[in-house]
Amino acid sequence: MIASLPRPLWLRASTVVYGLAFFAFLFLPLVVVAVFAFNDAPYPAPPWRGFTLDWFFGHDGAGRTGLFADSAMLGSVWTSVVVAAWVTLLSVLVGTANAFLIERTQFPGKQALSLLMLAPLVIPGVILGISILAFASRIANLADDLWGLELEFLRPGLPLVVLGQFSYIASIATLTITARLKRFDVTLEEAAYNLGASRAAVLWTITLPYLKPALIGSAAISFLMSFENFNTTLMLVGSDSPLTVMMYGRMREGATPVLNAVSLLLMVASAVLALTLMRGSNARDTHP
Amino acid sequence: MKTQARLMLLLLLAPALLWLVGLIVLPHVELGILSLRERVAPRVYEPSLAQFATFVEEPLYWHTFVRTALMSIVATVITLLMAFPVAWTIAKIARGRNKSMLFVMCLIPFWVSETVRTLGWMILLRESGVLPALLVSLGVTPAPVEMLYHDATILVGLVYTSMLFMVIPLISALESLDDSLVEAAYDLGGNGWSILRQIVIPHAAPGIVAGCIVVFMLTLGNYLTPTLLGGKNSQWFTEQIYTQFITRFNWEQGAAFGFLLLGLSTAIVWAGLRLSGQRFGEVMQRS
Repeated sequence: MIASLPRPLWLRASTVVYGLAFFAFLFLPLVVVAVFAFNDAPYPAPPWRGFTLDWFFGHDGAGRTGLFADSAMLGSVWTSVVVAAWVTLLSVLVGTANAFLIERTQFPGKQALSLLMLAPLVIPGVILGISILAFASRIANLADDLWGLELEFLRPGLPLVVLGQFSYIASIATLTITARLKRFDVTLEEAAYNLGASRAAVLWTITLPYLKPALIGSAAISFLMSFENFNTTLMLVGSDSPLTVMMYGRMREGATPVLNAVSLLLMVASAVLALTLMRGSNARDTHP
Repeated sequence: MKTQARLMLLLLLAPALLWLVGLIVLPHVELGILSLRERVAPRVYEPSLAQFATFVEEPLYWHTFVRTALMSIVATVITLLMAFPVAWTIAKIARGRNKSMLFVMCLIPFWVSETVRTLGWMILLRESGVLPALLVSLGVTPAPVEMLYHDATILVGLVYTSMLFMVIPLISALESLDDSLVEAAYDLGGNGWSILRQIVIPHAAPGIVAGCIVVFMLTLGNYLTPTLLGGKNSQWFTEQIYTQFITRFNWEQGAAFGFLLLGLSTAIVWAGLRLSGQRFGEVMQRS
């Protein structure tokens, strides 16, 4: 059963077979998405009709609209990037403040508050979405009734999508940054104070550089989670669709391989992002 | 110095409170108020339990609810059974380079968005898709069969989406099991099955529970996979919430459904923690 014990042949063979089947299960959907981005056919389905780049570079004149001519699709990619950038910025800022709050301050009710910070992770995304939608429109209606103010940003649309995604991604950023700050050696800061450094100088030259890996890591995770979010986004979206909502709509209609093309680009982009991050963390582990 | 510390505390407390009160607590209070009222005339509402009564009286609604819960349990169990051997191999059998490569291979599919993964399953399983075509060319079926829109399809999609959240807690639980315990058990005459039951599973229980809780929660709240892979037959509860809230604009009913889903999800998390004697914070740290 374990490496140090001899295992009978049938057990070793079945481990290998099961492992192959498991990884085939994991990778098969991704492989077909990638392969059919290059199929010379109007739908992403077999049989294989030859290699084409039409689904990337085709333009309206050719009868096929490729990804780079599909302005609606490109627009939704940009929408997702803008939303993800805001969510990342907010989550990392609030996450950092929360980490200092949890690790460096004492106040009554701290335990309860830090538990509440984890709550968004166990609330289904759909419910986060509808509750924020309902609350935002109550405030918007109130402002309209009381002062005749039309608060457009509280109606379904991108600002609400940002708030909805931030509401739970902030929890993840808080966890990551708090975990790193917990391991910080406070004597480093004390030494700097003894040497006459100001509060700001200590924060800027000692504490924040120490937190940097966690800040970068949580920013990357926040960006990825926001980019991929669907449940919360669907409930809060207005007229501009982020990529996942746009893809969902097209998948229900039965779309062209443009979807495969954009998916392939997403896979490549997230793989590059993830590998860069892992390299970074490996380099740090080996050269402390 | 005292006032400076107070100011500091307030500055750090402000973003946390804005976030938690403004985006979590108050919206849920609003949802609670919505679910406990009834529209009696345009813009006139009365407190009532009508929304919950509709849920009980209308078989479609509570059937969907029970169905969603049962399917989520089945999906969780299948995910556990599939993930365990892989986690064991990675934690206990593979060594060195192999080990980290297998681990990264488990992670890779989950860097890609769920939408992309579901698209892959649709291309594989639909009537004009890859697997039906393969079955025809192998002579198993005379004509392509529709493999989408079945309960089994939904389960495949759900298990697939959840796999990572089971594998990671299992690996970390199994890695902390001391190999010499297993060796000692063999020396004392244990066999594979009794060791699994008496040593491995009790040791890995916290990891198993953590994985099951997260997978169940994600499955219950999933919307994308059931609607795309199940089509009109999916009857997933989140779909009912979407229909009431967005399509029918019946926010009162949608809010009641939302609370029922939240209640079920919370109850399962609580029961799981109770069963394994763990604290919420620890489980979240682990996963």
